[in-house]
Amino acid sequence: MVRETLVRGGRAITDNPPPGPFRRSFWRSPIRGPWLTAVLGSVLLVGITILFVTGLASYAAYNPDLGGNDLTPAKGLLGFYLFDWPTEPYWLYRLNQGVHVTLGIVLVPVLLAKLWSVVPKLFAWPPARSPAQLLERLSLLLLVGGAIFEFATGIVNIQYWYEPLPGSFYGLHFYGAWVFIGAFVVHVGIRFPRMVAALRSRSLRAELRVDTAATRPEPPDSHGLVASDPAQPTMSRRGALALVGGGSLTLFVMTAGQSIGGPLRSTALLAPRGQVLSEGPNGFQVNKTAFAAGVIGPQTGPSWQLELNGPGEPVQFGRDELLAMPQHAARLPIACVEGWSTGNQSWSGIRLADLARLAGLPGASSVLVESVQVGSAFASTSLRRNQILDPQSLLALRVNGVDLSLDHGFPVRVIVPANPGVHNTKWVGRMSFEA
Amino acid sequence: MSADNRAPLGFRWYGANPLHLLALIGCFALAGYAGLRLFDARPLGVAVWLFGAVIIHDLMLFPLYALADRSVQGVLRHRPAAMPVVPWINYLRVPVLLSGLLLLVYFPLILGLPQGYPVITGLPLEGYFERWLLVTGVLFAASALAFALRLRRHLRTAGRAAP
Repeated sequence: MVRETLVRGGRAITDNPPPGPFRRSFWRSPIRGPWLTAVLGSVLLVGITILFVTGLASYAAYNPDLGGNDLTPAKGLLGFYLFDWPTEPYWLYRLNQGVHVTLGIVLVPVLLAKLWSVVPKLFAWPPARSPAQLLERLSLLLLVGGAIFEFATGIVNIQYWYEPLPGSFYGLHFYGAWVFIGAFVVHVGIRFPRMVAALRSRSLRAELRVDTAATRPEPPDSHGLVASDPAQPTMSRRGALALVGGGSLTLFVMTAGQSIGGPLRSTALLAPRGQVLSEGPNGFQVNKTAFAAGVIGPQTGPSWQLELNGPGEPVQFGRDELLAMPQHAARLPIACVEGWSTGNQSWSGIRLADLARLAGLPGASSVLVESVQVGSAFASTSLRRNQILDPQSLLALRVNGVDLSLDHGFPVRVIVPANPGVHNTKWVGRMSFEA
Repeated sequence: MSADNRAPLGFRWYGANPLHLLALIGCFALAGYAGLRLFDARPLGVAVWLFGAVIIHDLMLFPLYALADRSVQGVLRHRPAAMPVVPWINYLRVPVLLSGLLLLVYFPLILGLPQGYPVITGLPLEGYFERWLLVTGVLFAASALAFALRLRRHLRTAGRAAP
C-alpha cells in the first residue's frame, strides 16, 4: 500500500516537472544526443587517464619517501604506487610535465563541451527515481566538481596566482585528484557500454560529411539527451566537433611553445613561460629568481663555502677549490612541475658521486642538499642513490661556458637528469650524505 | 534504467544491480579518505572551490552563454530585407568562443592578477592583455574574411541564378 502510494506519487512528480529547464522541451539543441556525448566522452576518457598517470608519475618524481621531500605527508594509502624515480631517459620529467600541463589545458574545451552536451541531465526530473540513481547523482557531483577543481587549481598554479587557493597547491591538487578519480572510474564503468553503443550508432566518417542544412537530431533516446522539440540546426555535429577541436588547437598553439623551447618559445603568446628571458649563456628560463628566493645578501659572496657532511668531520670548500677539482660536463634541461622547460644546457661541475667520495660515503643511499635560501619548501631536498651515482648528476659551477648567474644558482647548484626543477637545488650551502 | 532488469530479486528497491552499489560505496570511501586530507587545508575554501566551481559553471557561465547566443540571434535577425541571407551566426560564435576560451584559461595573466609573477620568473607581467587582444583581433579578422568570401560566393551564385 505504502509502496503503491510512493509509486503513484512518483508518477505525479514525473508528469509535472516544474517549468523551465526541468522540462524536456526547454532543451532545444538539435545536435545534443548520445553520439555527440560519447565522442567527447571517449576523448576525455583517454585524456584524463593520461593526466592521472602523468600526475602520479610527477608525484613519484619528488621521491616523497626521502627526508622532507613529501609535501603531502598525510597521504597514507594514497602513496601506494611510489617507486624510485629514475634518471634515465634524462628528458623523462620534461616530457611527463609537458604532457600533463599542456594536455590538461588542451582538454578544457573538451570538458566544457562534454558538460554542455549533458546539461539537461542536471535538471532531470524527478531528481532521483531510485536509491541507485540518487547515489549516482551524488557521485556525479564529485566527478564534475572534482574535474573542475583539478583543472582550475592546475591552471591557477601555473600562472603563479596563489592568493585564491585555499591551501598549498600540492595538497589540493593531489588529494583533489584522488577525490575525483574514484568518481571517474565508477562513471566510466557504468557508462562505458552506453558510450560504445552510442559510438556505434553512427559512423564518425559519415558524420563528418553532414553539413548544417542536412543535420537532423539523433533518434529519441531513453536518457533524456535528445531534444523533444528540436530547434532548426545552426551548426552541424561536424561543426561542433571542429569548434571544440579548434579551441583545443588554439590553446595548444598558445601554450606548447613553453615546453618545446627554442625558437618556438615565443609562439606561446599567453603561456606563463612563453617570453624569452634574455640573450646570452644564462638567458634561459629561471625557476625562481634569487630576489624571490631571498638570496640577496652576502650568503653567496666571497665568504661562501660548501660544507660536506658524511660519517666523519664536516669538510668545507671554497668555490676556487671546487673549480680546481676534476670538472665534468652534462647537457640537461631544466623542467618544472608547471610544465615549462628549457632546452638542454651545457653544465659543468663536479660529479655528485665524487662529492660522496669526498664526504667519505661513496655508497651513500641519499643526500640532503640545503640551499642558503630561506623560507621555501624547497630550500632543502633529498636525492636518492641512483641520482647521486648517475655520471650526469653534477654540482654545477658553470653553464654554457660561463659562471652560473645568481638567478641560476651561483656559486653552485645541483643538476640531475630527469629531476624536477625545484629539486635541482640552487645556491647550495651544505650537502649531507647519508648511509 | 537498464540495470533494473538485471537486479536480483530482493534488490529491486535499490534500482540497479548490487555491483553498482558496491562500486559507488568504493567511490565514496575513496573520496572520503582523500577528502579528509583535502579539507584539512581550509575547509570552507576547499568546499567553495570544489562545489562552487560546479555552480559557477552550470548555473552562471552556461546560462550566460546560452542567453547571449539567443539574444544575438534574436537581435541581429532583423536586418534590411535587401541583404543577402547567408548563415552568419557561426562566424560570430567561433571567434567569440575561442577568444573567451583563451580568457577563461589565461585570465590570471591577462588581467595581471599574479602579483608575484615578475619577481618569481624575472619576466614582465605587462603585455598579456595586449597579446590576448591581438589574438582576439586576428580571430575576428579571419572570421570576417571567411564570411566575406562566403558572401561573395553566395552573391555570385545568386547573380547567376537571376540574370
